[in-house]
Amino acid sequence: MSGVRVLVGTRKGAFVLTADGTRDDFSVEGPFFPGWEVYHLNGSPADPDRLWAAPSRGWFGQLVQRSDDGGKSWQPVSNEFAYEGETGTHQHYDGTSKPWSFLRTWHLEPSLDDPDTVWAGVEDAGLFRSSDGGTSWQELPGLRRHETAPSWAPGAGGMCLHTILIDPTDPARMHVAISAAGVLRSGDGGESWSLANRGLRSEFLPVPDADAGHCVHRLAAHRDRPEVLYMQKHWDVMRSDDGGGSWTEVSGDLPTDFGFAIDVHAHEPETVYVVPITSDSEHFPPGGQLRVYRSRSGGNEWQPLTEGLPQRHCYVNVLRDAMAVDLLEPCGVYFGTTGGQLYASPDSGDSWRAICHDLPAVMSVEVQTLP
Amino acid sequence: MTPVRVVLPATLRSLAGISGEAVIDVDVDGDGEVTTAAVLDALDRCYPVLRWTLREQQSGSRRPFIRFFACQEDLSLELLDAPLPAAVAAGREPLVVIGAIAGG
Repeated sequence: MSGVRVLVGTRKGAFVLTADGTRDDFSVEGPFFPGWEVYHLNGSPADPDRLWAAPSRGWFGQLVQRSDDGGKSWQPVSNEFAYEGETGTHQHYDGTSKPWSFLRTWHLEPSLDDPDTVWAGVEDAGLFRSSDGGTSWQELPGLRRHETAPSWAPGAGGMCLHTILIDPTDPARMHVAISAAGVLRSGDGGESWSLANRGLRSEFLPVPDADAGHCVHRLAAHRDRPEVLYMQKHWDVMRSDDGGGSWTEVSGDLPTDFGFAIDVHAHEPETVYVVPITSDSEHFPPGGQLRVYRSRSGGNEWQPLTEGLPQRHCYVNVLRDAMAVDLLEPCGVYFGTTGGQLYASPDSGDSWRAICHDLPAVMSVEVQTLP
Repeated sequence: MTPVRVVLPATLRSLAGISGEAVIDVDVDGDGEVTTAAVLDALDRCYPVLRWTLREQQSGSRRPFIRFFACQEDLSLELLDAPLPAAVAAGREPLVVIGAIAGG
């Protein structure tokens, strides 16, 4: 494997960084779609030059852009996300019922084996799929028609479907996460869904261990162990060993278990990374010290990683889609901050350096490992 | 069909590859008039990348931060099916699409 391509979505455009396998020097291209909020940018595992981007603006709504040359050039594809049939309602912030309404695309998850197929998680929470390279999008309405959907309510960022995990051993098995409904799983390619929230507790709910309503911030899994899931919840870091059938808290000795991002080492399924954030009202690292925490035991015992990260006067946040790992040896870990820094570690988190200092606020980071 | 001049915000001109005003052929209704909706439909036809950038996806209504001006008048609160001023339909004046000043 010869190098990496880092795909960065920011509040004011997208950036594409490339480096060889040493990951010493990164070239930076962009901004693409300058001025547009790029919630997510992702690449196809089946064709690394096929990239997808989801730029949006409050004035002009949602675009979807596709690149067939690794980000050198982009072309718009369909941006029409039409909910199928009766839209129904969900709860609004004030407890009233609000009709489902498309606002933006949060996450694009390309198929593992077909470059023309990509999944989109949107706000208000829905799951769409394109099987024709983005020419059209079709909703998988079984998710939105789940019996608990009328009780779903938005988190502070909106009622978004932000995480899509596809099981590499059986692509019909999927997990999605919605703020604030929780985790749902499908065994039939997204046609039907069941809740997967047993073991979660959220004190802001009238019934803290309710089946639905949990503000799940992010899920992650190792590709060789898809039944083992990790979760950063609004509060609590959680683990499931049965594909979401039940969850156990593994926050352990973290300084705070609030946060957004979580990811798993590419070669060590029990090595997990989180970035603890002080609280839901103080979206910055405890004590102004930016620290990634790594567990080598699948949770509970966590080690702060500080080398190369600012340890004073740092008040940035790391958003849910803004951490990624590469497949090189040793595994590289990357994350972006709301302060516009993009940090990379070529040694599994032992040391870090900012490969960009002054980007717009980073919303998403993905990494492609190039052949 | 009649040619209508449209001035778009810089962001959308850049997106659609338009320099200066766009001149597009717009459907004329049964009364011989041109509506804002017909102009927006023609924009979508000529520049598919602009689809849903000025109207909401589900309702088809004007996006909240989009304004329509013509002949020194703010037409934003008119129905999209209302006729535009004759000077716009005749191509003497442009329909001006504005991204509202917002965001501090």
